[in-house]
Amino acid sequence: MKKTLFDKVWDAHVVKEIQDGPQILYIDKHLIHEVTSPQAFGELEQRGIPVFRPDQIVATADHNTPTIDQHLPVKDVLSRNQLTQLTKNCEKNNITLYGLGHKYNGIVHVMAPELGITQPGMTMVCGDSHTSTHGAFGTIAFGIGTSQVAQVFASQSLLLQKPKSLRVSVNGKLKPGVLPKDVILYVIAKLGTNAGTGYFCEYAGNVFKDMSMEGRMTVCNMSIEMGARGGMIAPDETTFDYIKGRKFAPKGDEFDKKVAYWKTLPTDEGATFDKEYHFDAADIEPMITYGTNPGMGIKITENIPIENNASFEKSLAYMNFEKGQSLIDQKINYVFIGSCTNSRIEDFRVAASFVKGKKKANNVTAWFVPGSQQVAQQIVEEGLKEVFEEAGFKLRQPGCSACLAMNDDKIPEGEYCVSTSNRNFEGRQGQGSRTILASPLVAAATAIEGKIIDITKQLN
Amino acid sequence: MDKFTKLKSTAIPLSIENVDTDQIIPARFLKATSREGFGENLFRDWRYNKEGSANNDFILNNTIYQGSILVAGDNFGCGSSREHAAWAIHDYGFKVVVSSFFADIFKGNALNNGVLPVQVSPEYLEELFSEIEKDPNTQIEVDLEAEKITLLSTGSSTNFEINSYKKTCLINGYDDIDFLISNKAEIEKFENTKA
Repeated sequence: MKKTLFDKVWDAHVVKEIQDGPQILYIDKHLIHEVTSPQAFGELEQRGIPVFRPDQIVATADHNTPTIDQHLPVKDVLSRNQLTQLTKNCEKNNITLYGLGHKYNGIVHVMAPELGITQPGMTMVCGDSHTSTHGAFGTIAFGIGTSQVAQVFASQSLLLQKPKSLRVSVNGKLKPGVLPKDVILYVIAKLGTNAGTGYFCEYAGNVFKDMSMEGRMTVCNMSIEMGARGGMIAPDETTFDYIKGRKFAPKGDEFDKKVAYWKTLPTDEGATFDKEYHFDAADIEPMITYGTNPGMGIKITENIPIENNASFEKSLAYMNFEKGQSLIDQKINYVFIGSCTNSRIEDFRVAASFVKGKKKANNVTAWFVPGSQQVAQQIVEEGLKEVFEEAGFKLRQPGCSACLAMNDDKIPEGEYCVSTSNRNFEGRQGQGSRTILASPLVAAATAIEGKIIDITKQLN
Repeated sequence: MDKFTKLKSTAIPLSIENVDTDQIIPARFLKATSREGFGENLFRDWRYNKEGSANNDFILNNTIYQGSILVAGDNFGCGSSREHAAWAIHDYGFKVVVSSFFADIFKGNALNNGVLPVQVSPEYLEELFSEIEKDPNTQIEVDLEAEKITLLSTGSSTNFEINSYKKTCLINGYDDIDFLISNKAEIEKFENTKA
C-alpha cells in the first residue's frame, strides 16, 4: 500500500490498537517547559507514579522568562516560582534541564532542533501548540495538554485517534521579498483557521523543497493556526546537512544508517490524502494580518476585505480598522522580531540586511529577541549585532517574550505591534494590544519607517 | 475525573466565533502551579473592564443567563494547547460546551477534565441561540449515553458524536493514565523491538 510520510512515521510508533477506540502511540521525545508541566508533575506525585523514561525528556525555561538581566533573580514572584518548580521537578526526576542562562537555553522549538534533538521519523510532543515546528524535519510533532504531559511522563505514550491527512502543495517561483512566513500566512488566509482541524498536514512542492530548515520550521510552526495539529515536510539533503554534527545527532556509521532510514520516509508516489490544496508561488506577496486571528491576512498592498458579519466586525473594532482600508502608511510604534516562528539566525540575517546603514524610526520601540542563546551568539559572531546597534536597535536575551507577553515584554493598550510571532488574538501581546503579524523583513522595514510601507516597491 | 452521564440545565449563549484560548484564559494567568482557581479569570478580558469592574455588556455578567452549559460560536477553543482553558471552564462550573466546531487540542483537554464538548450543526446551534434568547430559562438536556441533545421547550433534538472509548471514560470518570500504565508491558516490548 502506498503510504504518506505521516503514515510511515505514525504506523512505526503504534504500540497497540484498541478496538473501536484510539491507538497507543509511542513518543520518542518529550519537550517540557515551566508553564504547562507543573500540574503534570503534581498529578504524578499525587498518584505515586514515577516518570517512566526521564532520559527521553528535555526541559527548557522560555515562556515567562525575562529578556533582560537574566543573570539576576526573576522579579515576578509567580514566574520565579514556576521556574523554581521546573528546576526542582527536573532534579527530582533526573530530567535534563537547560534553564535560564544555560548556553543551550532558548525557546523550546528553537533550541531542540539546533541541538539535534529533533530528527526525522520521530514522534515528539510538548505542552505547547507550536510543537508542530519540529515537523519541518519529517517528524510527527504536536502540542498536547497538561493531562497528556502527565500521560507521557507516566508511560512515554499517548492514546490517540489517528488524524486524517491533508497536503498543501506550493509550486513555482516566489517573488523577491516573499519569505516562508508570507507563504504560511498566505495559505492560512486562503484556507481559514479551521481548515486543518482533525488533520495532519504535509507541505509539498518545490517552494518547501527549496527552503532552508529555518524557513521550513517557520511554515510548520503555524500549522496549528489553520487548526492542524501538526505539519510535516519530507526530509531530504537539506535536513540531513542541518542535523549532521549537532550535539545530539547520531554520529559516524550510526548517522549514515539513520540517513538511509530517513530517505525511506517521504510520501510514496501515488499515496492519497484526505484533502489536498494547491497554490501557485507567484500569487504570494508579502503578507500582513489586519484582524484578531491568523486567517485574517492580506497581501500588504491589498485593502481589508468588506465582510458583513458580527465576528468580523468585532475583530475590526478591536483593531480600530475599517472595512476596505489599506494598511500602508499606518503608523506603528512597536515592532517585535522573535518567537518560535521567527527568531532563528536566518530571520535576523533578513532583518539586518534591511536595516543596515539605516536608522530606527524615533517613534518605534523595537524588541529583537533571539530564540536561543546559540542564536544570540551567532548574531554576535556574524556581526549582525553591530548592524542592529548602529541602526539604533538593542538585542534582548532569548525567550518567548512579547509573543504571549507572560513576562514584562507587553505591548501597551491600544498600540499596534508589527510582530513576527504567530498569533494576533485579542490581548495576546498584552491587554488591549493590537497585533499585526508579518515576516521579519516587513517587521524590520516597519521599525525603520515607523509605519507600514509597501515593501514590494523597494524590492522591485 | 468527574463522571458525566446526563445533564439538564439552562445555558449561557456566547455567540462569538473563533473564541481562542487566549480569551478563555489570558496568558498572564498561566503562572499557577496547581489546577484550581482558574474559573475566576475565565474570559477575564471580556468579563472585566481594565480597572477590574465587571463589564456588564458581557454575557457572563448578565444574570438573566445562568447554567452549566456554555453555547458558543463556531471554532471554539482555537489557539494554544493550554489545558488551563479547560480547567477555567470546568472551575467556573460549566459541564458542557456546545458549538458547531471545536479546535482539536481544546476538545481533548475538555474530555480529559470531564467537560463534554457537544458538536452540533450550524443550524441547530442557531436554533439553540434563538431559543435561549427568546427564553433564558430554556432547559437543555444533554444525554451522553444516548449521544443526544434536546431543547426541552420545543422538543427539538439532535445527535452528537463522541468516540466510544472517551464516552466510557466520561461515564465512569476514568482517565487515560491508568489505562496507559496497564499497558506498560506492551510499551516496553515495543521499545525493545524498536531498539
